[in-house]
Amino acid sequence: MRQLAVPLFAIILFLLFWEMLVWVNGWPNYKMASPSDLWPAFWRFKWLFFTFGWETLWRTVLGLIIAIIIGVLLGMVMGFSKVVREGLYPLLVGFNAIPKATVVPIVALMFVGQHDLNTVLIAFMISFFPIAVSVSIGLSTLEPEYRDILRALGASKFTIFWKIALPKTLPEFFGALKVAVTLAFIGTNLMEIVSPHGRGLGALFDSGKTNSDYPLMFAVLIALAILGIALYYVVVFLERIFAGWAERQAD
Amino acid sequence: MTVRKNTGLIRIENVSHTFNTDTGVLPVLDDLTLSVPKNGFTAIVGPSGCGKSTVTRLVAGLLKPDKGTVWLQGQKVNKPRDTVGMAFQNPVLLEWRTILQNVMLPLEIVPNAMSSAEREARAQDLLKLVGLSGFEQKRPSELSGGMRQRASLCRALVHRPEVLILDEPFGALDAFTREDLWQTMHRLREEEPFTGVLITHDLRESIFLADEVVVLSGRPATVQYCQKLKQRGPKSLDQLYTPKAIETLNILREQIKIARKDEEDKL
Repeated sequence: MRQLAVPLFAIILFLLFWEMLVWVNGWPNYKMASPSDLWPAFWRFKWLFFTFGWETLWRTVLGLIIAIIIGVLLGMVMGFSKVVREGLYPLLVGFNAIPKATVVPIVALMFVGQHDLNTVLIAFMISFFPIAVSVSIGLSTLEPEYRDILRALGASKFTIFWKIALPKTLPEFFGALKVAVTLAFIGTNLMEIVSPHGRGLGALFDSGKTNSDYPLMFAVLIALAILGIALYYVVVFLERIFAGWAERQAD
Repeated sequence: MTVRKNTGLIRIENVSHTFNTDTGVLPVLDDLTLSVPKNGFTAIVGPSGCGKSTVTRLVAGLLKPDKGTVWLQGQKVNKPRDTVGMAFQNPVLLEWRTILQNVMLPLEIVPNAMSSAEREARAQDLLKLVGLSGFEQKRPSELSGGMRQRASLCRALVHRPEVLILDEPFGALDAFTREDLWQTMHRLREEEPFTGVLITHDLRESIFLADEVVVLSGRPATVQYCQKLKQRGPKSLDQLYTPKAIETLNILREQIKIARKDEEDKL
């Protein structure tokens, strides 16, 4: 009960403060939206919200899944081979250091018109890095004794990976996945906003911007936050199932 | 150097080994020869970093010697074999498994015809033997250091290995827990016959547990001194304070001193 009531109370408090701020300053709708404007804005475009929300969601999730596959594979080769790690690390760091907002127009031009591909690509590019790094660090920092207890019994490399290295890396992996989820949403929306004739919540936000429709823009932000929270908790749920052992009981 | 007729379940014959490090080559073992008879228990002591752990890794088949041969049950060791059980100073229990599942791990690797019920029964018997009954379903993090080390010993023995290799398994425990575990080792030795190699820094531990104590010289190590111990089987802690035991300890201490001096000379 308390677990639900406290955050709920905090949210209500925040909304009241926001409402008051707009009301006290007398800001009109084209300057700043207030929470009471959000619901009408949402209701007016509710079908757009649902269809675009779905588009944003599936592109983000697809980008994320590709990021997990590529990230884990990259992390594995970097974790197991020192040479590959030394070779790939500077490249990856450099790639990650490029602000993705600058990559968006390049990708948009490269695959002009292929909006789905563009969006998924950016979602992937922005989110695979933390996954690759966490998996590689998890594998490369595996204490040699862990490997030795199985190696001394004649276990194959794959068995050692499956029974020890993989489960031992899961907590780091899920930690990185939580970061990656948020990043993937940023990626999707960057593309949806920039790309002409885009679809998805980002495009809805962009059309709100063109019309100075602050209530619509804020309603999109809230929708994005809700999607982000939902996906985050899906990851938390998976983490409980697969890496719940890493959570220490509070004493 | 003691020269003995080399017949034993474990035989290390004229083994030399060198490591390649960033700063150059590091000779670790130099013409080392020693053997452990079937169901014998040999403790290896020596100065820090003299290559004691390398000996265990060679016997386990985790390392191949540059020169010389390691024999196990009359067969050349050139790769890991499932007739070996190992326990280290770090118990390395898997945090995502229960204690029971941790102990059962080798049975999932080593080929065997046991059903899962038999595996569980086997693991439970061992846990009972070391006094961990009732902790089967606990996670490693819920156990004390001594209990974790007990579980690690069970895991090393669960597949009934011929050879048990112990690399400073009690090194990180407090003195009382350590003495408890010495008693446990005696009990295990009675119930579960194995041929043992124990690496230790603790001379009292070596004479309490082993039939023979081998002192290695400074790096590159070779056998400097061997001390056979008369008593076998369960011993009480009092026996560490008899004049005979104190004399043995003094001899060994003197030998370690020589070994350390030897290392300084070699540097």
